[in-house]
Amino acid sequence: MKLAIQINEGPYQHQASDTAYHFTKAALEKGHEVFRVFFYHDGVYNSSRLTTPPQDDRNIVNRWAELAAKYNLDMVVCVAAAQRRGIVDEGEAKRNGKDATNIHPNFRISGLGQLIEAAIQSERLVVFGD
Amino acid sequence: MSEIKNFLYLNRRAPYGTIYAWESLEVVLIGAAFDQKVSLLFADDGVYQLVKGQDTPGIQMKNFSATYRTLGDYGVRYMYVDRKSLQDRGLTEDDLMQVAWEDMESDDAVDNIVEVIDSAKAAEVLAGADVVFSF
Repeated sequence: MKLAIQINEGPYQHQASDTAYHFTKAALEKGHEVFRVFFYHDGVYNSSRLTTPPQDDRNIVNRWAELAAKYNLDMVVCVAAAQRRGIVDEGEAKRNGKDATNIHPNFRISGLGQLIEAAIQSERLVVFGD
Repeated sequence: MSEIKNFLYLNRRAPYGTIYAWESLEVVLIGAAFDQKVSLLFADDGVYQLVKGQDTPGIQMKNFSATYRTLGDYGVRYMYVDRKSLQDRGLTEDDLMQVAWEDMESDDAVDNIVEVIDSAKAAEVLAGADVVFSF
């Protein structure tokens, strides 16, 4: 089955990203296709490469990044939600005159149209959040 | 992308206090460009999103309630409101704003697409959706 995944909550504060990760990983291992993982609301924080959890805890950002690398996953962070919350790539830094970036290179920033497209193209949109 | 799907936006949170309602609205506005069949369902505290006379300067929040009244121009054809959620909050249909809809091609027009529905109809609406965006 072709799936689209939407994550609406940030890491550590809320279980949504953990559950979405386990779901996505299991689906891929079973041979399902994941068309796109879309990060929205506070979910955009899942893409900060500056995330530094204690060493004995899971690293949610790196875990997503490794899964994406292994399966060539398209992981998209909503641009409007990211701008509000200070998630920045090089293009956004230039456009908005910011002096730093913080997005992990395995994620990309793009528009909400990517979410709509994913919902149209996939057989199921699975939303993780409250 | 020729396939047309039934999109349903399920709104369950109050308009202020969290950003979900506003960021849900942003998806609806952007999604209009994709020409899908779009319905919104307001339930639980989400019914407050459509209440008339919202007054937000005191909390220094942008009052985005006027945007709901333009949704008919953004491809939204149905705006359902769960009757029990309204009643539980002491609200009636008279407390809700009205949203007009018009089809530019066929000249079909509806004065108000906001419709208060019972739970059975809400279940039907949910079951009929191909995609449910839950906010």
